[in-house]
Amino acid sequence: MANFKPATQAAIPESAMAGILRDAALYALVAFGLCVPIIAYRTDPGPGSDLLLTPRWGLVACLCAAIFVVRLLQRLILLRRDARRALTPSPAQATEAVHGEPAASQKSSKIGIRLFVGIALTLPILAALATGGLSSARYWIDLGILILTYVMLGWGLNIVVGLAGLLDLGYVAFYAVGAYSYALLSTTFGLSFWICLPLAGVFAGLWGMLLGFPVLRLRGDYLAIVTLAFGEIIRLVLINWTDVTGGGAGISSIPRATFFGIPFSAGEDGFAARFGIPYDSMHRLVFLYYLILALALFTNFVTLRLRRLPIGRAWEALREDEIACRSLGIDTTATKLTAFALGAAFGGIAGSFFAVRQGFISPESFNFLESAIILAIVVLGGMGSQVGVAIAAVAMVGGPEMLRNLGFLKAVFGEGFDPNEYRLLLFGLAMVAMMVWRPRGLISERLPSVSLGERRAVSGAHVSEGHG
Amino acid sequence: MDVFVQQLINGLTLGSIYGLIAIGYTMVFGIIGMVNFAHGDVFMVSCFIALITFLLLTTWLGVSSIALAFLVVLVVAMVLTALWGWAIERIAYRPLRGSFRLAPLISAIGVSIFLSNFVQVVQGARNKPTPPMLSGGITLFERDGYAVFLAYKQILIMAVTAVLLTGFWYLVQRTPFGRAQRACEQDRKMAALLGIDVDRTISLTFVLGAALAAVAGVLYLMYYGVVSFSDGFVPGVKAFTAAVLGGIGSLPGAVLGGLIIGLIETFWSAYFSIEYKDVAAFSILAIVLIFMPSGILGRPEVEKV
Repeated sequence: MANFKPATQAAIPESAMAGILRDAALYALVAFGLCVPIIAYRTDPGPGSDLLLTPRWGLVACLCAAIFVVRLLQRLILLRRDARRALTPSPAQATEAVHGEPAASQKSSKIGIRLFVGIALTLPILAALATGGLSSARYWIDLGILILTYVMLGWGLNIVVGLAGLLDLGYVAFYAVGAYSYALLSTTFGLSFWICLPLAGVFAGLWGMLLGFPVLRLRGDYLAIVTLAFGEIIRLVLINWTDVTGGGAGISSIPRATFFGIPFSAGEDGFAARFGIPYDSMHRLVFLYYLILALALFTNFVTLRLRRLPIGRAWEALREDEIACRSLGIDTTATKLTAFALGAAFGGIAGSFFAVRQGFISPESFNFLESAIILAIVVLGGMGSQVGVAIAAVAMVGGPEMLRNLGFLKAVFGEGFDPNEYRLLLFGLAMVAMMVWRPRGLISERLPSVSLGERRAVSGAHVSEGHG
Repeated sequence: MDVFVQQLINGLTLGSIYGLIAIGYTMVFGIIGMVNFAHGDVFMVSCFIALITFLLLTTWLGVSSIALAFLVVLVVAMVLTALWGWAIERIAYRPLRGSFRLAPLISAIGVSIFLSNFVQVVQGARNKPTPPMLSGGITLFERDGYAVFLAYKQILIMAVTAVLLTGFWYLVQRTPFGRAQRACEQDRKMAALLGIDVDRTISLTFVLGAALAAVAGVLYLMYYGVVSFSDGFVPGVKAFTAAVLGGIGSLPGAVLGGLIIGLIETFWSAYFSIEYKDVAAFSILAIVLIFMPSGILGRPEVEKV
């Protein structure tokens, strides 16, 4: 039906304007209610055990005014857009549902992927060239290692959440199992990193199966909460079982990584001396960078290959409809357990890498927030999309890091302003905003694993998930 | 026996607080089938609102009557926290209705992270101690030098919980709003066809849940006398455990579950080990969800294909 709205580009009717003003004022009023008293008064420890209140009404006024203005602008822009839309109905409206073509910005392009891999492969060189020396590139290589660790964790969790559709909120437990198995095996038995790396994967995989068994019957929200409980139990045990895990103090002086047995030291047997190059402490870091890159790419490779095997197709079928799956004779128990075990194994390998990089681990690194961050990366990347996960990891881990460097914010908000404090706050907001505006993630293009004739990309909107 | 009675009192007090929070979980799950992960943090926000209001009243306005101060704090905390609940539903959950099933849960995790860090940023990361609001109590009986003590604040907590629950039960069972709420719980589409404003009912459910969490927050603050920005997560998970244990969707179940969880926690701490008390709570959560997902008073879920 045509929409006969007598609205033109230029003029906004008086009554509409009044309504918009009233609406914006209402928003400001609600914001005021939310700010009082939690922002309006700051509690500071005073003399003795009493708390002192410091009024901050100026801040409240600024916030409310900002919300008023933002809402006003938003409504005005929407009004313009609606007026234009009413004149020219979009042809996509009718056809979108049939073809399910993803929007251009939600597709991944071949060139984009190549560029991405190219940058990842040459990052230490690029950083060294850009900052003029390997040691001054330390920050960038460190950041690269951090991001790649999350890329690997994201890809590992993607097997469980994205492919098999089982929402796991306790993934960090397997990360912890991997980290602690390397730390304990190397400090007590003196095993080398290269033996512990696969062992950590095996242990974490076993734990994945162990925790997977009881939750086989659960689905959706309940599954998520139980996995969260398991993750917390493992963390609490790590804190309280002081004899073995060192308790809250953690395990320190974990042996460093070696170049397949050759240590990165300045001595005779060191990496630099053996290869006849001048010693640089950065060699170890560059090696770690390529190690985690290789591990992450290995995870990706395994996932992509498995997707084509019967087990991978069974995962995706399970995500789409468990009951149909069972009635077609797919063994859902085995399917779920392999997804849990494989995802956990990759988490464990990433965990042992984390331990070898840090040289120190404590239960604090494995709290629920970490699980939430990894899950957020998978969800924001568009569940099931490998490229999306990588992009989301860069955005979620690299983005807040960038916040640290924004010096001009200090000039705006005063000296005491620390942008890093707002990291998690923005992170939470980003999760909500993403769900509201783009619930299918950054990349919502899917290539069907099997198809008749031509393989056509479909929009993520056609993939169901979360029945788990 | 003496220790037992004392722990029974402590457990029932703690359980009342969990029960009040659990109602928020159970109602929201009942009506839109989502785990409102941020509810524990809403509870934490209410603790801060109560703390600041209390300080304002006593130090700046010089209110000396404890009863008056308590009432004002309770009302202010309920109103403002209800506003938080309403705003969260409006911003983070309502646009997701009709989205895929896990979207609200993920959004709720985002809200939870936002709220705890918001409070950390605006109020600082330290523990906030409060001056004792109500001290003293009655010694019930004394034997072999061990006195069983019933503090006035424990009486107040149990009394407030009982009164509010009665009022709440009346609201849900006997008023038009309660009828609309129960109808939406059974079948949202049908309720909408019969002329119930579903969106408004859901909003009101969040508002009521948040208001009850605020009551729990005020009582928690009074009982423990200290709060910090990270205090939302663990009580939130325990209250959710209570809701599931009692049978999610059932109001008496939530209170019953809260009392059971409170009792288990205090007895576990008293007779086994205090370090592992949270492990106990999380284990109960896992065991209940796995072996009796419909809880004590809940209806078993039937899946339609």
